Amino acid sequence: MSRALLKSGSGWLRGYTVGYLVFIYLPILLLPVFSFNDGIYVAFPMSGFTLQWWAEMVAQPGMHKALWNSLAVAVPVSLISTTLGMMGAKALTTYRLHGARVLTGMFTLPLVTPFLILGIALLITFNNYGLDLSLFTVGVGHVLICVPFSLFVLLSRLESFDRSLEEVALDLGENPWMMFWRVTFPITMPGIVASLLLTFTISFDEFLLAFFLTGDASTLPIFIWSQLRFPAKLPSVLALGSAILIVTVFIVIIAELLRRRGSTRPKGQAI
Amino acid sequence: MQDSSFISILDVSKHFGAIAAVDSVDLEINRGEFFALLGPSGCGKTTLLRMLAGFEVPSQGKIIIDGEQMSSVPPYRRPVNMVFQNYAIFPHLNVFQNIAFGLRKDRLSADDLKARVNDALSLIKMESYGERKPDELSGGQRQRVALARALIKNPKVLLLDEPLGALDKNLREQMQLELRQLQKAVGVTFVFVTHDQEEALTMSDRIAVMCAGRVLEVGSPSDLYERPKTRFVADFLGTMNVFDGSIHARDGDSYIVDTQGLGRIHAGVASRDFSIGDKISVALRPENLKIVDSLSSVAVDGSVSGVMSNTAYFGDSAQVYVQLEGSEQALVVSIQNQDGAASNVGLGNRAITIGWSKSSVLLLKGA
Repeated sequence: MSRALLKSGSGWLRGYTVGYLVFIYLPILLLPVFSFNDGIYVAFPMSGFTLQWWAEMVAQPGMHKALWNSLAVAVPVSLISTTLGMMGAKALTTYRLHGARVLTGMFTLPLVTPFLILGIALLITFNNYGLDLSLFTVGVGHVLICVPFSLFVLLSRLESFDRSLEEVALDLGENPWMMFWRVTFPITMPGIVASLLLTFTISFDEFLLAFFLTGDASTLPIFIWSQLRFPAKLPSVLALGSAILIVTVFIVIIAELLRRRGSTRPKGQAI
Repeated sequence: MQDSSFISILDVSKHFGAIAAVDSVDLEINRGEFFALLGPSGCGKTTLLRMLAGFEVPSQGKIIIDGEQMSSVPPYRRPVNMVFQNYAIFPHLNVFQNIAFGLRKDRLSADDLKARVNDALSLIKMESYGERKPDELSGGQRQRVALARALIKNPKVLLLDEPLGALDKNLREQMQLELRQLQKAVGVTFVFVTHDQEEALTMSDRIAVMCAGRVLEVGSPSDLYERPKTRFVADFLGTMNVFDGSIHARDGDSYIVDTQGLGRIHAGVASRDFSIGDKISVALRPENLKIVDSLSSVAVDGSVSGVMSNTAYFGDSAQVYVQLEGSEQALVVSIQNQDGAASNVGLGNRAITIGWSKSSVLLLKGA
């Protein structure tokens, strides 16, 4: 498609497109490139190939702990915010609620509030209620910012959803609970997967709220930030960043494959 | 039509805000009947059907199905099933799974389930389609899958919301017959909603004509077509020539009526008691009107002259539009195309006389 775009575009448009792609991807590509560079300075010319930084990164005990912490936050956060988002989206699309537009607006507020302000506000709140800072408080903060994303992904999916399919399920003898699991859930599955992956990614690399709300246990972004104070650690941080990049690309590809499978599901599915 | 009132709809209303979508409706539907709710869009027929299914709760009144009060029974516990207007086939399931959907609670063994679904598939003549995905089906096939999916539950009542609305004309006519035969075969009470008067006349045992939330008339297709009691029903079912008029006098078992357009005419056997001076509507079916000329010697009780203004040729018949003298109104006359009669009428602008027998003149209350 981009080839067609390049061909059909004028010279100016072609130059702009190439420049734009370079601007987006070059900095990101530098990450893995320099993670294999035999030297601690991130500068050309590169001095040689090494796996030393990757080995160092893998061997770092603090990194393992931080990775584990991040997963321990991101997995529940994505599940909880997708559940809450689903419930909100369902309510907004099913019922003619009074003030639905105001409600939707309220849901988006956490998105436009600067995270810095949000972090301070949460910190004050938790302190007032005597809640000790921990991974739990980080998780609460992350759910707060993830629900709106989940809500919007699922709203767009549910708005195109044919309500009479749910009515058929009720008509055929299923109560609302079973109706949800046999009809609504499988049909909105691609949206649910997209929401899970999106909220997982948001929580996984969120820095500001985690910075304010974490106690002794640091998440991966906090760990990376703390490592940047030591110049000698920079290359292994690059290796870590590359690893995260690769996993992210992998997740996006899986999500896309799942989404496509969702629209043409193979036969023999249990009923 | 064995025991009466299998379904009783008693003084049922449904309000959406200030609007009464259904307004104090009383209906009795018999066991095994093919019953049509007919009316223009927005007349409340679909809302009434959805109250039978349990998707809408009546604001007032009672619905009783086979002796059971339904008002507080949710849709998933009612002995009724519904075929939706867009068929609503589950896109994530194949044909077999769609039809088997409602059998989960029966906890059948795999073999029994297969047998039940295969029976349903053969009922709709789609034995080899079990593995197909919904998007591989034509409109008619989707409709039949929706039917099988509902009928496999052995409902006491099958509700159909504009069941043929999404099909093209030829398929619709074929499905009208198939539906009718299927209903006779399974013996289930069918209640169906349609805005298509021809469809209602062809398929139903009885029809309730609805307008603005109310049921105007209930009766067999021939009752409603041949002896409508209200101007709306006369107009809505088929083509009808309707004129404003008033009762001038009574003459034995017929009335003498003054009309705007036809002049003073006689109207046949009085099925209603009108008083002198009553404002009424006078109605004449196009097929009960004849062209009177010197060649033919048809006996008529009344006649009117006009100028033939237009002809519409339908193949099996033709409609002739006659501009009446001293009136804005055109009279529609239908001619059966027997031995080319319709094509011999000729085209426009000649003087013509139209006659009728007084027994075919209908008198309807209200102007």
